[in-house]
Amino acid sequence: MKRLLSILLCFVSLSVFANEPAGEGAKAEGFNPGEMILHHIGDSHEWHWLATDNGNFTTYLPIIAYRPNKGVSVFSSKHISNGESEGPAKEYDGLKLDHEKLVSTDGSKVYDFSITKNIAALIGSAVLMLVIFTAVASGYRKNHGRAPKGIQSFFEPIIVFIRDEVAKKNIGPKYERYMPYLLTVFFFIWFNNLLGLTPGAANLSGNIAVTMVLAVLTLIITLASSNKYYWAHIFATPGVPKPLLPIMIIVEVIGIFTKPFSLMIRLFANITAGHIVVLSFISLVFIFKSWAVAPVTLAFGLFINVLELLVALLQAFIFTLLTAMYIGGAVEDHHDADLQMGYDDGSASTHVAH
Amino acid sequence: MLPAFLSPELGLIFWQLVIFLLVLFLLAKFAWKPILLALKEREDSIEGALRMADQAKIEMQQLKAGNEKLLTDARLERDRMMQEATQMANQHREAEKARATAEANTIIQQAREAIQTEKNAALAEVKNTAAKLSLDIAERILRRELTDPAAQTQLVDSYLKDVKLN
Repeated sequence: MKRLLSILLCFVSLSVFANEPAGEGAKAEGFNPGEMILHHIGDSHEWHWLATDNGNFTTYLPIIAYRPNKGVSVFSSKHISNGESEGPAKEYDGLKLDHEKLVSTDGSKVYDFSITKNIAALIGSAVLMLVIFTAVASGYRKNHGRAPKGIQSFFEPIIVFIRDEVAKKNIGPKYERYMPYLLTVFFFIWFNNLLGLTPGAANLSGNIAVTMVLAVLTLIITLASSNKYYWAHIFATPGVPKPLLPIMIIVEVIGIFTKPFSLMIRLFANITAGHIVVLSFISLVFIFKSWAVAPVTLAFGLFINVLELLVALLQAFIFTLLTAMYIGGAVEDHHDADLQMGYDDGSASTHVAH
Repeated sequence: MLPAFLSPELGLIFWQLVIFLLVLFLLAKFAWKPILLALKEREDSIEGALRMADQAKIEMQQLKAGNEKLLTDARLERDRMMQEATQMANQHREAEKARATAEANTIIQQAREAIQTEKNAALAEVKNTAAKLSLDIAERILRRELTDPAAQTQLVDSYLKDVKLN
């Protein structure tokens, strides 16, 4: 299965390469792996499934553009997309694509809300998640009070793991409120990581906009559920001498934002790096222009792909675990009253007097 | 300027936020809530069943211990009752014996007293009879003898002798 995956990936990339000289004939400058890889991990306004010598199999996705002076315009991307071939940028309705960036021909501002490849993949994964988990939920209705069956028994241990090992351990008794978010975020990342490894699919969870939204949601939930101890820890860190407090407050406030920032970068970098490594091994075939390197490519490609299957699960788990830990830090009740009093001279002295 | 893949696109941010929140809402309502509830219910029911089994075991042990205690108690009670009965019988026997002895003693005493009384009465009667007889005899003798002075003297002498003897 994974070998097949690697071969398919190899095949897809091969077509990209094979297509270029076909389209531009004399202009062929050879294979540029960097460009190919960036094209593959980036977003596009059409979904290019695969290319053969006879042509490209591409789905053109809708363009939704908002221009303050012209309003909303919706049309198919086939009007402005060149597909895989090079050529002068096509124009339609005063819009054109500049390296997959939607710009207006007159230079005015354009807000691009197009259903790009990533957004199509996002909708697909959302539908997939809804279908799978409503099926799991219906399993609980059908086998009420009995042992799980089928798809239900596959997901139950994972859900129980997230609940017992991630939520309960890190958040504590108030974990139930955060279960929907933790479960959704875990399965969303895991599903999209796996879908991203599928040949021809979008690199959604390796896109910084997606990881940014997830990290910001974690930040909002953390701040919304924070209690006074959380803020006391930030603005009056226990056990820190008063002259140091101004520095500590700055450090702690920056810390609020570095946590979700690290979530964003970690997921983005791990998934994107995985894709880049796989694509790099595949590119070796085209760099050496020889089928002889295929065994090496296959072996390493297979290895990295299997590794990526593990990373897909691991990154979903890490994101969920860290989210649970941040929420746990925000809702935690402080039990050590002594430390809380430590920063206040008055109460500290009365405490000593006792 | 950041490379394209490092700069978040506005459109993707917008759609990701909208679709993710939609998925979160729908899954929370139609999947996570029933799933977590069902899981909790099942765990509770399993835990309840286990606890009930434990309780039944403890109860059975208690019942067994209770039975044994009852048996031991009954045995002890029996022993005690038997002992008591024996003791009571003994006591009763002793009391009877004592009573019989006392009664016998009383009867003997009474008999003794009666004998004494009878004896005294008899003696008194004997004495009276003897005295009467003596008086009679003395009278007859006196009537017969006192005609003769010598005899009178002899009599006085004999009396005197008697007096001495007495």
